[in-house]
Amino acid sequence: MTAVSEKQAAGETEAAGAVQQGQYLTFTIGGETFAVSILRIKEIIEYTGITTVPMMPDCIRGVINLRGAVVPVLDLALRLGRAASPVTKRTCVIIVEVQDDEGCQDMGIVVDAVHAVVDMSEQDIEPPPAFGARIRSEFIAGMGKRDGGFVIVLDLAHVLAQEELGALAGGTAQARAAEHADTAQ
Amino acid sequence: MNLDQALQTFIGESRELLEEMEQSLLSLGATTEPGEDIHAIFRAAHTIKGSAGLFGLDGVVAFTHIVESLLDQLRSGEQAWSEDMAGLLLSARDHIVALIEAVAAGEEPSTPVLQQGAKLATALSACMQGAVAEVADQALAAQADAASTPDAEDGHWHISLRFHADTLRHGMDPLSFLFYLRNLGQIVHVETVADALPLDGSFDAESCYLGFEIALRGQTDHAAIESVFEFVLDACELRILAPGSTAEQFAALADALPEGAARARQWLIACASLPAEAETSPTDARADALPAGGEVKGEVAALAASAPSPVQALPPKPLESRSVRVDADRLDQLIDQIGELIIASAGTSLAARQTRNPELQERSATLASLVQAVRESALQLRMVRIGATFNRFQRVVHDTARELGKDIGLIIRGEDTELDKTVVEKVADPITHLVRNAMDHGIESAEVRRQRGKSERGTITLEAWHDSGAIVIRVADDGGGLNRDKILAKAVDRGLVDAHRQLSDSEIYELIFEPGFSTAEQVSNLSGRGVGMDVVKRNITALRGSISIDSTPGQGTAISIRLPLTLAIIDGFLVEVGNATFVIPMDVIDECVEFSQVGHNDFANLRGQVLPLIGMHQVFGLGTGARSGRRNIVVIRHAGRSFGLVVDALLGEFQTVIKPLAKLFAGVRCVSGSTVLGNGKVALIVDVPALVDQAGQAALARASAASAAVSAA
Repeated sequence: MTAVSEKQAAGETEAAGAVQQGQYLTFTIGGETFAVSILRIKEIIEYTGITTVPMMPDCIRGVINLRGAVVPVLDLALRLGRAASPVTKRTCVIIVEVQDDEGCQDMGIVVDAVHAVVDMSEQDIEPPPAFGARIRSEFIAGMGKRDGGFVIVLDLAHVLAQEELGALAGGTAQARAAEHADTAQ
Repeated sequence: MNLDQALQTFIGESRELLEEMEQSLLSLGATTEPGEDIHAIFRAAHTIKGSAGLFGLDGVVAFTHIVESLLDQLRSGEQAWSEDMAGLLLSARDHIVALIEAVAAGEEPSTPVLQQGAKLATALSACMQGAVAEVADQALAAQADAASTPDAEDGHWHISLRFHADTLRHGMDPLSFLFYLRNLGQIVHVETVADALPLDGSFDAESCYLGFEIALRGQTDHAAIESVFEFVLDACELRILAPGSTAEQFAALADALPEGAARARQWLIACASLPAEAETSPTDARADALPAGGEVKGEVAALAASAPSPVQALPPKPLESRSVRVDADRLDQLIDQIGELIIASAGTSLAARQTRNPELQERSATLASLVQAVRESALQLRMVRIGATFNRFQRVVHDTARELGKDIGLIIRGEDTELDKTVVEKVADPITHLVRNAMDHGIESAEVRRQRGKSERGTITLEAWHDSGAIVIRVADDGGGLNRDKILAKAVDRGLVDAHRQLSDSEIYELIFEPGFSTAEQVSNLSGRGVGMDVVKRNITALRGSISIDSTPGQGTAISIRLPLTLAIIDGFLVEVGNATFVIPMDVIDECVEFSQVGHNDFANLRGQVLPLIGMHQVFGLGTGARSGRRNIVVIRHAGRSFGLVVDALLGEFQTVIKPLAKLFAGVRCVSGSTVLGNGKVALIVDVPALVDQAGQAALARASAASAAVSAA
């Protein structure tokens, strides 16, 4: 366990620069393929039994019971400004560990389907484009080259930034409107 | 303080120290450079010796002293560390253990133990160099035959001691010096001098008024006796007369004492420092009354043989320690696991019900009741008595009363009431605030009290009792009570209430918890009770507690705090709203009724009473869901008023293990936590006070919007 967190810590310090080589989990949201570094991923579970928490932004689906622990779940499609996709048999929740000032916390992200763990070398990863992608640029850690196409490597630290999500949780109409406006760019 | 309890603490502490000592000695082993460990061992020995001295355990003190001397030499480098030394010190440690265990058992060490002690002492002394060894030998010799008749060669010392008033405030306990004095010899007689004790009511519990005349028998010297009182030399008058002092010296002592020569002579006689014949001729010249040194010795020897020292008359009661110290984290872990167990058991019950197998259902019901019993006992483990917290207020009341120049007493009731340790820690501050408030603003000045025909001494009562799964803590004063009209006027002034509204007394008293009320400029007679009361209320609410005020003009005010016994597990009531399940804390629920409403208004008719309704769907923004069956109203009670929560279905009682929600949800109001249901789903716990607040604000907003629309038109 400690070894893992050390690895994560190391991963995090280097994440400030370019995305380094390593293993990435690929998954799809709304037909588009994304990837995240596996270092932060704890497990992948079936999408089931989510409890909605009222007065939260839409992208927070609610909470689930992960073996006795109550874990918040985020809909990645909505967070990235896409339309919510219907829940199918392949819909999964990826449990990731999020680090903030007060330590580690587990969080679930809902994706349409999980594909594979792939190895990507530094040459396989391009820096994020200055513009052109339809998601906020700070969410993108880089562009991975796979099978002649691109997968967007997400920067989970930004996507799951607690302060920002917490601020959204004010639940006011303005906050939601701002969120929509922001992500619609 | 209970001496028996303190002795148990000493025994427990000594056992721990001796354990550590053994560890250190073993880890040192054959090393040649003992370093830090030897300091730790020395400190352990020193602590045991010091504490044993306080309890007058001479045997322990004498032996530990020898060990300590050797350790001191090792520490300073005068002695080289060796493996033999480690072995010897280990045996010495074992001997101290034997001595402490004898104390714990409430009996004298057995003869083999004492013999072993003497052997060890000789061995230890042999290790030491020079004079230290001799002193140690003597100390042990004195201890070994402490029970036998005193050696005729021992000198009779007379010690005259007057403590200054500040002694107690400096943290010194006169009694401990007397106990320690017994290391030097036998205390033949103690005469307590209480002449300085004021009888006119100006008695201050923190001042020391005592003095002592002590007759000590032992082979010692002036410096040794003085060193006993080293810590208090600045704070006491110490006069020591050596054996065989001359008549003039005794006369000088008697003259020097503040109580007068005649009283002083009585004490000297009682201490057998002066022979009794002196009493028959008190007016005689002093020289006549004074014996030769030899005579004194004879007198004392006879006295000592017949009467044992009064201090020794306190045998340690055999009180077996039945407590185990457990790490608080382990306890929390246990409670967490039991929480999981409750969830699992609830799941089993649910599954059993679905199978419709009567035997399985029966078994699971048995299991559930056992789990509940385990839960109760586990929570008991964390329970502590509130007495310790309450007793702190003796001091607070004493100090504050002085500050305010009022005469106020504190009465404590129900200190045996138990509640969760975490709650105790968090409730101390609010109580302090309430007590200070009651003293400052509640209790009138002595003059006003006299005019009102009350006793000049004000009284604060601090009470605690259990009331159906909750603890109630009550802070009451016998002061002037709250001024209803002034509070109302102030509230209207501040726009907190509508001037035309009819408010009940309790509603008006509630107003002092409003944040707007806690400002500096207070109408004097309003008793300024608003100060910080909103903070008190917030703290109590954060503990899922409630607070209420009861006040009678001229008679006093009582503020009751109602708190849950524990913060980990609550009894909840499950309801369904839309597709979501919520838990409402059981303690706020009065009853459940079928849904009804008066016309299209948001209130219902509950047996002739108007019951305002709060639609959970609207508050939480949830759709009514697929089910369109009958709706229900859960009648809750908050701040003395009833409200109805409109829900879809009632699912029944549920033991709820509270799981805090992620920080992400900190901004969500109306939800205080979450819990895992038997079916594995998560349910949210409704924060009833926040919900009522929110509904009230929403209604207010709607009303003002409506009136704005009207005025615009």
